[in-house]
Amino acid sequence: MLAFTVFGSFWLEVVLKTGVLRRWKRVILSIIPVSFFFLIWDAYAIHQGHWFFNHDRMLGIYGPFNIPLEEFLFFIIVPIAAILTIEGVTTVKPHLREKEFGKDEPQ
Amino acid sequence: MIYSDIAIAAVGISIMIDLFLFKNSLLTRTAFWISYAIILPFQLFTNWWLTHLSSDGKAIVMYNPDVIIGLRIAGAPIEDLLFGFSLVLTVLGMWEFWGRRGFQRNK
Repeated sequence: MLAFTVFGSFWLEVVLKTGVLRRWKRVILSIIPVSFFFLIWDAYAIHQGHWFFNHDRMLGIYGPFNIPLEEFLFFIIVPIAAILTIEGVTTVKPHLREKEFGKDEPQ
Repeated sequence: MIYSDIAIAAVGISIMIDLFLFKNSLLTRTAFWISYAIILPFQLFTNWWLTHLSSDGKAIVMYNPDVIIGLRIAGAPIEDLLFGFSLVLTVLGMWEFWGRRGFQRNK
């Protein structure tokens, strides 16, 4: 599933030259504050048994609070895919960016 | 709190953050809604992947029926769509927040 998400979105970086992965510092600073809270939610839900995993189909590596490695990767890869998507959209339709995000200006 | 409560709260909080904290709201922008419309079918597909029962009679991720409303879309609880929406909205909000502050704004 995670590999599918990577293949489904990361080509945008290459084909459309979205320049998202090149701006990795901004990516990291966008993901960490958000994923932090979602991982707290995940930890709580796992602890309370809101959701549970089929351990036969997992890597079997667990981080703090019994959160599987796959969940940590999920909260990194899915946000990157979302950012690539919106940057892909505004690369193909630059007028959406100019009107709404302000024109790209050389720094 | 059950999954439904947290998911609804997450959507509410993410909308408040978008409108009142990040101000320059994504919810009013075409680029965001086009992006979400692209992301949503992918989410539905990966949700199905993670939640449909395979030959061992189990899914990869399973939910306690007592903590969800019970309405399922593409195999996954409707709460998952609320969760996904709040994750995407908040991550893209952070991404735009840094962009507006001029941090790695341009490609």
